Amino acid sequence: MTDASTPVPPKSSLYATSDRVKRRNRSETRFRAYGFAAITVGVLALILLVISIVSNGASAFRQTYITIPVELTEARLDPAGNRDPAEMARVTTFGYAPLLAQALQQHLQGQGISMEGVTPRDLMAMISQEAPAQVRALVLANPEIVGQTVTMEMLAGGRIDGYFKGRVTLESAERDSNVSPAQLLLAERMAEAGLIETRFNWAFITGPDASDQRPEAAGLGIAILGSFYMMIVVLVLALPIGVAASIYLEEFAPQNRFTDAIEVNISNLAAVPSIVFGILGLAIFINFAGLPQSAPIVGGLVLTLMTLPTIIIATRASLRAVPPSIRDAALGLGASKMQSVFHHVLPLAAPGILTGTIIGLAQALGETAPLLLIGMVAFVREFPDAPPEGFFDPTSALPVQVYNWTQRSDPAFVERASGATIVLLVFLLFMNAMAVILRRRFERRW
Amino acid sequence: MSFAKLTVSALALAAMSATVASAQGRDNVQIAGSSTVLPYATIVAEAFGENFDFPTPVVESGGSSTGLRRFCEGVGENTTDIANSSRSIRPSEIETCAANGVTDIIEVRIGYDGIVFASDINGNSFEFTPADWYLALAAELPVDGAMVANPNTNWNEVRAELPDQDIAAFIPGTRHGTREVFDENVILQGCEDSGAMEAIMEINGGDEDAAEEACMAIRGDGVSVDIDGDYTETLARISANPEGIGVFGLSFYQNNTAVLQVATMNGIVPSTESIASGEYPVSRPLFFYIKAAHLDVIPGLQEYADFFISDDIAGPWGPLAAYGLVSDPELAETQRIVRERVTMGDM
Repeated sequence: MTDASTPVPPKSSLYATSDRVKRRNRSETRFRAYGFAAITVGVLALILLVISIVSNGASAFRQTYITIPVELTEARLDPAGNRDPAEMARVTTFGYAPLLAQALQQHLQGQGISMEGVTPRDLMAMISQEAPAQVRALVLANPEIVGQTVTMEMLAGGRIDGYFKGRVTLESAERDSNVSPAQLLLAERMAEAGLIETRFNWAFITGPDASDQRPEAAGLGIAILGSFYMMIVVLVLALPIGVAASIYLEEFAPQNRFTDAIEVNISNLAAVPSIVFGILGLAIFINFAGLPQSAPIVGGLVLTLMTLPTIIIATRASLRAVPPSIRDAALGLGASKMQSVFHHVLPLAAPGILTGTIIGLAQALGETAPLLLIGMVAFVREFPDAPPEGFFDPTSALPVQVYNWTQRSDPAFVERASGATIVLLVFLLFMNAMAVILRRRFERRW
Repeated sequence: MSFAKLTVSALALAAMSATVASAQGRDNVQIAGSSTVLPYATIVAEAFGENFDFPTPVVESGGSSTGLRRFCEGVGENTTDIANSSRSIRPSEIETCAANGVTDIIEVRIGYDGIVFASDINGNSFEFTPADWYLALAAELPVDGAMVANPNTNWNEVRAELPDQDIAAFIPGTRHGTREVFDENVILQGCEDSGAMEAIMEINGGDEDAAEEACMAIRGDGVSVDIDGDYTETLARISANPEGIGVFGLSFYQNNTAVLQVATMNGIVPSTESIASGEYPVSRPLFFYIKAAHLDVIPGLQEYADFFISDDIAGPWGPLAAYGLVSDPELAETQRIVRERVTMGDM
């Protein structure tokens, strides 16, 4: 080797970074920072949302109760004195209300609790209007207790409840035409005497909705049942139809323009605004087929239409992910096409199908828009029957119940709506966690 | 093939139960309509369910027009029995009803609803007249014999006695029955009171209909915002913009006196008493309409209607009045109409 052939020493060295490399490194650092910033914004928004919902809604799970002995006077509840439930039913809840006001007044006097500044009418307003109905139902179920004194646990009125939860203050009561500071101070004294307590409220999850005058009694029971029934309908219809369609399209259908058109349309359907399915549901299921309004069967059918594309797309993806060698091996050993699909391909694709189905169901669970059109935004207080008849009874649904409560004028419903959102989020979280667990546990990679 | 079998049987079951159930009759009353009447209807439905052996009626909202459209879809179990409405039924709707076989309709007036103007509790207090609202919200005002775009942006430009505060009004959108009342009882009234009506008729040559239309045209430059949602949305707008003034129902205001203060109209404070006496000018009757053909078919329909307008419920000391309904002084006549099933055609 001569000097002339000595190669020119490279400008860059492994030990000193060149400008070009530095620039590239900087650009990468920047990109990472952007990515991190994007995630931070997303996480912050989520945290903000969760904090606002939980801080507003956590108190919906607790409720304030008043416990007092109530004398069930015969003169008022059974004027005829024959304990005949049919005749006693003539005394309406309006007849029971004064009884409770009287009982509360007497008990406070007996306990020596001062009722300063509180008129008998104000006193009545401290007890929920749900209470007379509660006592009436008890009396009609057990006519023999008329004349006795029973200890009743009754809901406190919405504003009193708000006071113990910090929603209502003495200051705001000053301006509020529905509650006076004197009532709140009395409630405070009653709480000290152990007559009022705030504790966990199962009725919020199991009870039916209540009217605008009784926010304290409103519950989610019917909405949860309605959502549950709709999910059953969606599962029973969308899963088999979706899986059958996918298997046919993926494994059996010839590749031609017709199947291409179907494929494009399915992808398109997945992006159609959900309210369109509501319009379709109203036209076909209610007006044409004559199915009842506000029924979970109609809601379920509409949501099935909406979920089908999601399930078909997920199922086809997971069928495609099964390697062709499995099919070839089955066919090579003499299995028919159908046997190869049902004995080998489908079981291997099942975890993917299940995940897709659960995600589709979760999406359907949170859907509100199509339900607005088919009468699910309704005030329903009767629990539906057990399925299948129950599918045709009027119900509400969870997301619709949230929507419904945000429209009510009493500020106490803000708490209820946020509480219902928490319940909905818990259900969604549970379903999505199921999807992740199933995928982790059963998914196979090749 | 067990999977395929399961699929087929599930589908068959679903189809079968569908036919079974559509054959069985409906046993609950179905109601749809005005969101203003909704709270009253739910209060009554709840009390009805508690005190009678019939199931609690199902009450849907959606607006007066939607409720009446569905009411007029025909007679039969999957149509609604009652339409709640915050305005009276229009002749065109009666025609649609008749074309679909809904010929016998009973009109029930349940009471009156006051429309109030309220603002943030910590802001300025207002004493309005209808003329103030006309001058603040009209699209064009007559000035010196010509129509010019409304120049007012501050309440004290409208009338010197009003506070120095930018005009920001949140009024119900056109799909609300409330808007109709606002247009007619406040804006049109204000147009006449302020003398603008005459001035407009001088400009357009005495065409009264055109003048009324010009009066009720609301400015679209962002000073007035149409709220298509519910009063809760109006309330949220006012919390965000303390200078805003919103249009509310009396009952909504009464439930939110802790955050809202109400403005007077012609010096009258809105209350159930001042509305019942007719002193407070902005109120409207509320109705529900019964499909007479359903009365002996749907169990509990007659009882629900009777119960709704009974003195215990709709009277001045009943729960509806406590919630903000102005009870109807002619309730006894309404009770007779429902009891004797007097349809609109008979009157």
